[in-house]
Amino acid sequence: MAEQAIDRSKMKVSDEVAIQISNMNKWYGQFHVLRDVNMTVHKGERIVICGPSGSGKSTLIRCINRLEEHQSGDIIVDGTELTNDLKNIDKVRSEVGMVFQHFNLFPHLTILENCTLAPIWVRKIPKREAEETAMHFLRKVKIPEQANKYPGQLSGGQQQRVAIARSLCMKPRIMLFDEPTSALDPEMIKEVLDTMIELAEEGMTMLCVTHEMGFAQAVANRVVFMDKGQIVEQNEPREFFNNPQSERTKAFLSQILGH
Amino acid sequence: MTSVIPFVRNEMLPEKEPPLRERGVVHWMRQNLFSGPLNTVLTLLGLAVLLWVASHVLPWLMHSVWNASSLTECRDIITQRFGEGATGACWAMVKERWHQYLYGFYPMDLYWRPNLAFVLMFVAIAPVLYTSLPRKMLWFTAIYPALTFWLLWGGSVWTPVVAMLGFVILALIFRALVGKLGVPVSAGIGVVVAALWWMFAQGPVSDALQAAIPLSITTVDSDQFGGFLLSIVIGVTAISASLPMGILLALGRKSDMLIVRTLSVGFIEFIRGVPLITLLFTASLLLQYFLPPGSNFDIILRVIILVTLFAAAYIAEVIRGGLAALPRGQYEAADALGLDYWQAQRLIIMPQALKISIPGIVSSFIGLFKDTTLVAFVGLQDPLKGITTIVRADINWKGIYWEPYIFAGAIFFIICFGMSRYSMWLERKLKTDHR
Ligand SMILES: Nc1ncnc2c1ncn2[C@@H]1O[C@H](COP(=O)(O)OP(=O)(O)OP(=O)(O)O)[C@@H](O)[C@H]1O
Ligand SMILES: [Mg+2]
Repeated sequence: MAEQAIDRSKMKVSDEVAIQISNMNKWYGQFHVLRDVNMTVHKGERIVICGPSGSGKSTLIRCINRLEEHQSGDIIVDGTELTNDLKNIDKVRSEVGMVFQHFNLFPHLTILENCTLAPIWVRKIPKREAEETAMHFLRKVKIPEQANKYPGQLSGGQQQRVAIARSLCMKPRIMLFDEPTSALDPEMIKEVLDTMIELAEEGMTMLCVTHEMGFAQAVANRVVFMDKGQIVEQNEPREFFNNPQSERTKAFLSQILGH
Repeated sequence: MTSVIPFVRNEMLPEKEPPLRERGVVHWMRQNLFSGPLNTVLTLLGLAVLLWVASHVLPWLMHSVWNASSLTECRDIITQRFGEGATGACWAMVKERWHQYLYGFYPMDLYWRPNLAFVLMFVAIAPVLYTSLPRKMLWFTAIYPALTFWLLWGGSVWTPVVAMLGFVILALIFRALVGKLGVPVSAGIGVVVAALWWMFAQGPVSDALQAAIPLSITTVDSDQFGGFLLSIVIGVTAISASLPMGILLALGRKSDMLIVRTLSVGFIEFIRGVPLITLLFTASLLLQYFLPPGSNFDIILRVIILVTLFAAAYIAEVIRGGLAALPRGQYEAADALGLDYWQAQRLIIMPQALKISIPGIVSSFIGLFKDTTLVAFVGLQDPLKGITTIVRADINWKGIYWEPYIFAGAIFFIICFGMSRYSMWLERKLKTDHR
């Protein structure tokens, strides 16, 4: 990836705040998974979140679209505060796209139907228009010819690209990725990462849990390291990798980079 | 140390037929019938049983008599033709009484009404079973219950029309309120208003309409219903009503709301803990005590309601199994895309859960249809016991034993086998996971 030329002209971080998380805490029963998390994400940022297994990375990004509920503190997404108010939750979910480790495509629907379902039912867009948008994004992730197949007929990498296209069809302002490549074979990882890089080049605000450090170095403007439910260290990628400050970060980096 | 001998293939091998003993009839028999000592013994044993059964049943079937006016005459003909001690089937009974097996005591000159209802049933069911048919046909499906009710029981045409108006009111209220109040509340209000309509407006309004524009056909009472007409009326109504009810119960059982969950679990476990016969006795006796005096609640309707509740509890459990088989990621993906609870259930969860549950659901339906014969215990003339008892009470056919059961059994078999083949076809058609 490093050798690939990345167009940074549109990758601009604006002053506008996309996500504001303040003093957020979450428990699973007695277990304190997220401890006093504070984080401000500006429009256009590409943030990579890493950390050891069980450190709460997935839980953190799942709180942002309320797949998980936090118990104290505030999360404000694009000006909407996440509370029990269902209207706010629906609003946030239609602004925030999410890509899962295991794709979670709907196996009983064709690729095209997967992509048009939410636009038609949530955004109330006419079917024809939704299909045109879907084809546009399927071309973008380079699988327009699979539109009438079912997810089970596609390879893992293709399925993940469909999942990305499905999210994009809702025209989200923020994209969340939870280990999008860790269920894939090495040769498929690249095709998915390429799609994500392209998204970043267009200025999408992205939060990405991943262990692809090449991706982090190439596109992230910030790397966040989590351990035991806390943000331990964050920095711009070059500093983060070359000059980690905390002992935990050093230990983690030496493990995954194999020093 | 051995050295590696280099090898490169220059010519690819052509495909060949498998050796003779791997193909053909002999191979098939060796694989399926005589693959080992145990299999061989079982095959021979099975053949022996088949031969024994055939040697007893075949002569009886071959000695069938089709034309006779009584069982005694049948027996005389058999003795005459095949000698002393020969036994044979007396299908003459079926030839004379088949209409009772099909219609019970429904007036003969009105047979066209159930016949028409039966034919129209296929028109009504077709668009539900085969999604490739035009969706407009579903409008006919929607009015079919009222039309059939009128055709079968007769009376004023305004009774079913006014009853259907109750559903129209329900639908209108639901559509008006669903945007503001959500699905459960608006459906609840709609059901309450519709129930009030049926309780208080139904009688006066249909009487008034009948007085203004009299339109009616001969009335047929519930106690004239019998045979397969009765089984099919109860079976088809209960099947079509129990599926949506079962879906709601299964969702209720998984609900986050404590009251909804407790009620659903309580209902399902109660129904599953009680034999159907008990419920049927309840239908015939107890319900009459609880209802306001003077209200004459039709016995067939009561039975239909209880059979529906009974089937719904079982179907709820079958669907719960289907729901449990769905990965959590499906719910999460639906949530993340912004679908609300009912959209997610309707578009993502139920299509998959129902597909997984097809074999179980159809088994429940088949069981339900066969269980309709239990209405014999509350004095209705089911095709198996009810009608057969009546036939045997006739001095001409006293003592006839196998023939009525074989005849009724054959009809049950055709219907149930049809359902099971349809479910297999549906499963194949819906198979999109390509695993
Ligand atoms: N539904 C749940 N109930 C109870 N505990 C949970 C639940 N989900 C996650 N946990 C626990 O919370 C902690 C954080 O989980 P999380 O999935 O956020 O970790 P992660 O950083 O994403 O790890 P991984 O890299 O393995 O995906 C883990 O210890 C996990 O066991
Ligand atoms: Mg995780």
